[in-house]
Amino acid sequence: MLLRHTTKEVRERTALTVNPAKTCQPVGAMYAALGVHGCLPHSHGSQGCCSYHRSALTRHYKEPVMAATSSFTEGSSVFGGQANLLQAIETIFAVYEPEIIAVHSTCLSETIGDDLNQIVNKAKDEGKVPFGKYVIQASTPSYVGSHVTGYANMLEGFVKYFAEKTDEKIRQINLLAGWVEPSDMRELKRIMKMMKIKSVLLPDTSDVLDTPMTGKFEMYPKGGTTISEMVSMGDSMQSLGLGEWATQKAAIMLDNQCKVPFDIIDIPVGLKATDRFIQALAKAGRVSISESITEERGRLLDVITDMHQYLYGKRVAVYGDPDNIIPLIEFLVDMDMKPVYIVSGTPGKKFEERMSEILSERVPEAKYKNGPQADMFLMHQWIKENPVDLLIGNTYGKYIARDENIPFVRMGFPIVDRIGHSYFPTIGYMGGLRIVEKILSVLMDKQDSACLEEKFELVM
Amino acid sequence: MPKRRDFTNGLPDPIALREEILKKYPAKIAKKRIKGIVINDPEVDQEIMVNVRTIPGIITQRGCTYAGCKGVVLGPTRDIINLVHGPIGCSFYAWLTRRNQTRVPEGGDNFINYCYSTDMQDENIVFGGEAKLKEAVREAFEIFKPKAIGIFSTCPVGLIGDDVHSVARDMKAELGINIFGFSCEGYRGVSQSAGHHIANNGVFKHVVGLNDRERVGKFQVNLLGEYNIGGDAFEIEALFEEAGITLLSTFSGNSTIKSMEYSHTADLNMVMCHRSINYIAEMMEEKYGIPWVKVSFVGAEATCKSLRKIADYFGDAGMKAKVEEIIAREMAKVEAVKSSIKPRVEGKLAMMFVGGSRAHHYQDLFGELGIRTVSAGYEFAHRDDYEGRKVIPTIKIDADTRNIEELTVSKDEAHFRPDLVEKKAELESNGFAFKDYDGMMPDMLKNSLVIDDVNHWETEKLIEFYKPDVFCAGIKEKYVVQKAGVPLKQLHSYDYGGPYTCFGGAINFYVEMERMLATNIWKMIDAPWKNESELVGSMTIEY
Repeated sequence: MLLRHTTKEVRERTALTVNPAKTCQPVGAMYAALGVHGCLPHSHGSQGCCSYHRSALTRHYKEPVMAATSSFTEGSSVFGGQANLLQAIETIFAVYEPEIIAVHSTCLSETIGDDLNQIVNKAKDEGKVPFGKYVIQASTPSYVGSHVTGYANMLEGFVKYFAEKTDEKIRQINLLAGWVEPSDMRELKRIMKMMKIKSVLLPDTSDVLDTPMTGKFEMYPKGGTTISEMVSMGDSMQSLGLGEWATQKAAIMLDNQCKVPFDIIDIPVGLKATDRFIQALAKAGRVSISESITEERGRLLDVITDMHQYLYGKRVAVYGDPDNIIPLIEFLVDMDMKPVYIVSGTPGKKFEERMSEILSERVPEAKYKNGPQADMFLMHQWIKENPVDLLIGNTYGKYIARDENIPFVRMGFPIVDRIGHSYFPTIGYMGGLRIVEKILSVLMDKQDSACLEEKFELVM
Repeated sequence: MPKRRDFTNGLPDPIALREEILKKYPAKIAKKRIKGIVINDPEVDQEIMVNVRTIPGIITQRGCTYAGCKGVVLGPTRDIINLVHGPIGCSFYAWLTRRNQTRVPEGGDNFINYCYSTDMQDENIVFGGEAKLKEAVREAFEIFKPKAIGIFSTCPVGLIGDDVHSVARDMKAELGINIFGFSCEGYRGVSQSAGHHIANNGVFKHVVGLNDRERVGKFQVNLLGEYNIGGDAFEIEALFEEAGITLLSTFSGNSTIKSMEYSHTADLNMVMCHRSINYIAEMMEEKYGIPWVKVSFVGAEATCKSLRKIADYFGDAGMKAKVEEIIAREMAKVEAVKSSIKPRVEGKLAMMFVGGSRAHHYQDLFGELGIRTVSAGYEFAHRDDYEGRKVIPTIKIDADTRNIEELTVSKDEAHFRPDLVEKKAELESNGFAFKDYDGMMPDMLKNSLVIDDVNHWETEKLIEFYKPDVFCAGIKEKYVVQKAGVPLKQLHSYDYGGPYTCFGGAINFYVEMERMLATNIWKMIDAPWKNESELVGSMTIEY
């Protein structure tokens, strides 16, 4: 047994986290900053933070992930990190020549009280920021929130710095992407095209973290939201935030700073969340919904009805980030599956409300928890108590899946042992189809390998 | 694909390359960097500036002190709960990412697959985290019943003044199991190396010598600095067993805290990764009189040499005969594979930038295939790893190094082994070398470029200049290098392959190099229509 010490008796914990269903803020800030064109993320802390975050993102994407660090040592921790950041800004512009340096803080620099805003201003005053280049910052102490809120803070940092309100409105909407894959960003742009709505997508990691093999390394790949696009966001007609945890802060900032009204909706995972997304787009863009989108929806529904018998009543355990798993849980329930165990390490009261809305009538037996000690160890203990038919979450679930012999679908961050997430979206109706296909494949593979010989089916 | 360069008549002087690299840096940085980039001459002693701070803003390979302490040295040990006191990320990123394989006997403890953290929140930073840490230790004890718990400090812990050592002492008294702390905050040193030292100190202080177990073998040894990436330690263990050598403990691949407790009953310590673990070897010699030798099991030739060295040390005719028998049998297999692969890869060029030992050890393996190393460097080494242990007395101790505790070790009269001291003196008088590490530079070609703490800019320039056939580094460099059309072999994780130690491992590595170097896949990067002129047809669809 890989997790041989996990038993079903749950002892209440108040201090110990075991096998977390979250990680810390800075990696989210780094991921968000990679979705801006010509931007080099910078970690203001000790080297390990930057190294760990780059490694985690690289393993997940199998792509170059470039970022720099302030390389704190004991001295900087005692006397403050100002000298390190000033030096870093100078070094980075000289050696790596980005358009933007996106600085995020760490637990170290926050604990000693470094004021990023003040240091960045000092760098500007001292002429360390070349003309036409930018340094922006976000506060992301690791002891607050999770990787998701780090992403949110960096997005807020970008719009705060760049979005400008002029007298001329632009007939476009701001699409603030929650933490989704480059494939999903690409799919969002395809959907916008089908809806014939002009939009700015922020961030946009497609063509950054899914680049082709060309024999030439590009430090700043062609993708990413551009500076002029970010500037124009202040004149957009409306903002649409996909996922409350990841995008609400940026949406509010755009409203406060540039009077761009906003709506926050779920990431369009599955049927109903995509319905709401498409309707919100139609409303925001004052367009009617094209036949081809309705057809995609129909295809998804067609497959679900075709294969309903394999999905019905299946008990599922899910762990991941609120923005991503809330619509996923809803989708599972819509397909008559039973998401019985759900954990997310990311805090936020809204999670429980949403879970209750979705589950209280349809899956009253469901157990869910988020925030402190809502970890994979707890979920595994629940599974030990009463097994499930399917497990959905990031790669770390494979230890539970093997020990308990549960079919396993990888979704979330990080996925470090399979490919596909960068290239095949899981949002929109077509992404919903991929989710259904993945779920069916593992469930039916299990049936094929486990059933009695006389029950082995050719046609399913 | 870049055009290959012809280096058959020796390597070109890379002085122009060095100039070009330095030209990009602001003057102050260039002045510092030049001392870490040495044009090698194996005949001449040259000093390299290493183990110094990375310049802020430089995209470095390096990690932090915590990574070196928790991730490298203690992480591979299966029967201890490694509890990380800090925000969640530090423990999360060190969770199973280093491929330390371990073989658990029926009913044995194995906590490696778990990730433990106090998940510090802002109130813990403001009001202190000691109470939460204590409670976390209690919870870990009650749920998992471990025999030992190690507590690892992350950056904020030292800054807010949480005393993990006093918490460890209190909890040890309360729970009655071995509990100890490490002040391995990420910022403690200039790289992972500081963390290795801190881990060595902690293990030596709190674990080694706790159990005076009776002898179980005639020839008892410890293996130090082997972390069982990809099963490397399994290969070595099998070899020792056949040769009649009793391996008491490995620090720390496929290992247990329990075995480290009686490691002081060994007759010899063997050091694989000199950088990360020589401290324990030194301290064990001082306290218990156990001598140490440098070994390497990376490469078939190195394995033969190391095996013979152990046999010579024990001077046992039976062991010597057995070792020769193993070598003859295994080398026949190795030669068979080598002779079929070598002609296909010979003359290719390699570069390697990893760790504190691997960048040296792996040159042997490449050498066996006739692949030349044109440039190499370590990520977190000290001068002795480059220039040999002879420079140790001349290494200047800077402020960053002074931060790390130097344990004062004295002779343990009850356990000291004068017989081993005597044996050592006798062998030495016959030319047998102990503590023998001459470093990487004497083994490298003339005009090869030695670069410490190589960074992203330098990596790009190196590839442009040498156009290597294979580049060895870690996960952060992997796809950067591959996008440039050069295959990269990870020497931290082995790209999830291996083992590469001993004879079987050498064969695995040869086969892997054949896969990487003889493939045609890199030649398919350009589409067949790349050079065709653009046509606009009359049937173009208008959107």
